[in-house]
Amino acid sequence: MNKKYLQEDLLRMSGVNPKKCMRCGKCSATCPAYDEMEYHPHQFVSMVDEGDIEPLLSSESLYRCLSCFACIERCPRGVEPAKLVEAVRLVAIRKQGENHMTANDVPALWEEDLPQQAIVSAFRKYSK
Amino acid sequence: MKVSYFPGCTLKTKATDLNEYTFKTAEALGVTLEEIENWQCCGGVFTMAKDEVATKLSSVRALKEAFAKEQPLMTVCSACHNVIKQTNHAMQTDKEFAAKVNRYMADTPYEGEAQVYHYLELLRDVVGFDAVKEKVSDVLKGKKIAAYYGCLLLRPGKVMQMDDPENPTIMEDFIRAIGATPVVYAKRNECCGGYIAMESPSLAKKNSQGVVENAKAQGAEMIITACPLCKYNLIKNGADIPVVYFTELLAIALGIKEDTHE
Repeated sequence: MNKKYLQEDLLRMSGVNPKKCMRCGKCSATCPAYDEMEYHPHQFVSMVDEGDIEPLLSSESLYRCLSCFACIERCPRGVEPAKLVEAVRLVAIRKQGENHMTANDVPALWEEDLPQQAIVSAFRKYSK
Repeated sequence: MKVSYFPGCTLKTKATDLNEYTFKTAEALGVTLEEIENWQCCGGVFTMAKDEVATKLSSVRALKEAFAKEQPLMTVCSACHNVIKQTNHAMQTDKEFAAKVNRYMADTPYEGEAQVYHYLELLRDVVGFDAVKEKVSDVLKGKKIAAYYGCLLLRPGKVMQMDDPENPTIMEDFIRAIGATPVVYAKRNECCGGYIAMESPSLAKKNSQGVVENAKAQGAEMIITACPLCKYNLIKNGADIPVVYFTELLAIALGIKEDTHE
């Protein structure tokens, strides 16, 4: 995909303006999945801004975001990084055959007491 | 009063007790819940992208039905509450998105008119915590209870409008209303790990244990939640104090259920 178009598409889908970021790092500091991420929330903001999007598209970090809205709530500039993480994730999983999780994966991950809520949430975030 | 009710997938399966005591306690407090006909799963998490339409239709259909009946829409699961409230907000504020959604709606367009309540909000704003206080016994007197908000009840604060997202009081006020003593602790609004429990149980474990340890360090004897997934993660990762739905405690305080906790 054309790089410029991809960047514009991500900004339009997410509604995020990365130029508002003052690089304080509070989003990553408050991220409960920080330790398991290759690229952290503040890096999603700066890398999309710089057009350096390909590494994000293939990173497992996309599937570590918990959708907890902590970075959205706590960003002092209202940048809302999780919306950008989600937009990149959608570009990745909307490609045919690129679902991060399929129904076939569930039995191995399933556990007796696991609430349905966990499975439907994972599907919504990992699959199209 | 009559209120439209969206139970959600988990309340019909793994969390039937949450559903049961929501109905029974509401009835005891003068609120009749009318389940949305043919409701569909909310999807568990709100898709934030503006161009995601299909994933929000089930919420809009439920909202539309409640509005048509001139009733507010109530949820009790934190996830359903988050998805439905955020969807309603998007319908109110994003005209382009609302126009796309309304192409899927057969009759009159919907523009976010329905009022959405979490059960806790209904207790605070409609029933009133003072009215709850008058109806409960003193069976929970002296019990030190930690409220676990997690992530989905309060955030994003400007959309959910439930309480101060960083210094909430609604669950602590609820605990006082049912005659117990609230325990305030730092991690009460931090994420348990949610659905990551499937792919990275170690991350869910770290987050969940942090919450329980923090609550216990502040003297909690019990943790209450509104979320089936929070409850699962906390218990699964070794909570050694009871983790219960707030509705179960309300039922105990109202004399609808026997107190089986120590």
